[in-house]
Amino acid sequence: MCTVCGCADAHDHKGEHGHDHHHDHDHEHEHEHEHEHGHDHGHHHHSHGTHDYGAGLAGVHVPGMSQERIVQVERDILAKNDGHAAANRARLAAAGVFTLNFVSSPGSGKTSLLVRTISDLKGRYPIAVVEGDQQTANDAERIRATGALAIQVNTGKGCHLDAHMVGHALDALPLAQGGLLFIENVGNLVCPAAFDLGEAHKVVVLSVTEGEDKPLKYPDMFAAADLMLINKVDLLPHLDFDLARTIEYARRINPRIEVLLVSARTGEGLPAFYAWIAKRAEVARNVVRAAE
Amino acid sequence: MHEMALCEGVVEIIEEEAKRQKFSRVRAVCLEIGALSHVEPEAMRFCFDAVSRGTIAELARFEIIGVPGAAWCMPCGKTVAVTQRFDPCPDCGSYQLQVTAGDGLRVKELEVE
Repeated sequence: MCTVCGCADAHDHKGEHGHDHHHDHDHEHEHEHEHEHGHDHGHHHHSHGTHDYGAGLAGVHVPGMSQERIVQVERDILAKNDGHAAANRARLAAAGVFTLNFVSSPGSGKTSLLVRTISDLKGRYPIAVVEGDQQTANDAERIRATGALAIQVNTGKGCHLDAHMVGHALDALPLAQGGLLFIENVGNLVCPAAFDLGEAHKVVVLSVTEGEDKPLKYPDMFAAADLMLINKVDLLPHLDFDLARTIEYARRINPRIEVLLVSARTGEGLPAFYAWIAKRAEVARNVVRAAE
Repeated sequence: MHEMALCEGVVEIIEEEAKRQKFSRVRAVCLEIGALSHVEPEAMRFCFDAVSRGTIAELARFEIIGVPGAAWCMPCGKTVAVTQRFDPCPDCGSYQLQVTAGDGLRVKELEVE
């Protein structure tokens, strides 16, 4: 049957080729015959009854692919993002800036945690923030109220920040030598896991008003993070949240993840987080000093 | 849906390769998707149809080769098969696993003209 017009006859459309077989013909392409019957058209030397795709031009068999012209690509789909991330990382390292990428579901308290952290640490470090949200500059305004520099990136319909967007934000954000950069990703426990932004660490924030099994439900994010901050612990007396189970689930996904319990509201547990930052920020500064 | 952004990456790779390897039309795209990667293969297929419209890869067949996951089990000291991030070691039941394969996402090859 003709696959263009649907009629039962074999015929040509637009006179593309002159073969006259009693079976399917093609319309734009010249090579579909090879797989339909047992003879070859000059470049496939297989015998009747045997279709050895593995011996074709490319030397491999991919189901459904003809052997006409296969080009090898072998390229990582995230390579472009990773290239931008490497450039961001080099730029941040040269400035001795210690960078954290905060990821979580919406409503875990990332912005409140940042506001509190900046207020407590701004006397010790220059701090800048890249805020990612689909819409509004509300979060950047909350951050700016603390006195820190903040750039809002609106991703529009995008569900995550990518390294290219962060690179542009860095163009607009003066990086103070030896400072801290906090990137607040779009509230989403799925998509941001795949995108390296050039940060030193991803920090996943999970609040105790969420389910204990979130690490199991969204394993990619917990696998990608180096630190889990369990936020809103001041609410624990009012909830049935099983802290030990949450930590156990997170370590099933990522045996090396570090865990700190914090409350952005009361400040409980934050000194341990600040000590975690201080230790690593010192290393970032020293790398620059050593290079000078 | 980050699959949309990833498919835009696939189309970019295809367009770069078209210049480099000199082809003007893509009939099939073959991706390797690891079982532990960040994507849902069917979502990739759906997004690719949308993103490839108006490009040289429009209407191309979309072939997906699944790459099984593997991890190094620290207690056992050997590589074991895993199908999900939260799988325990099939031999000893430990979660002390380090993923070693199946978390990639690659354009493997293209059928072109």
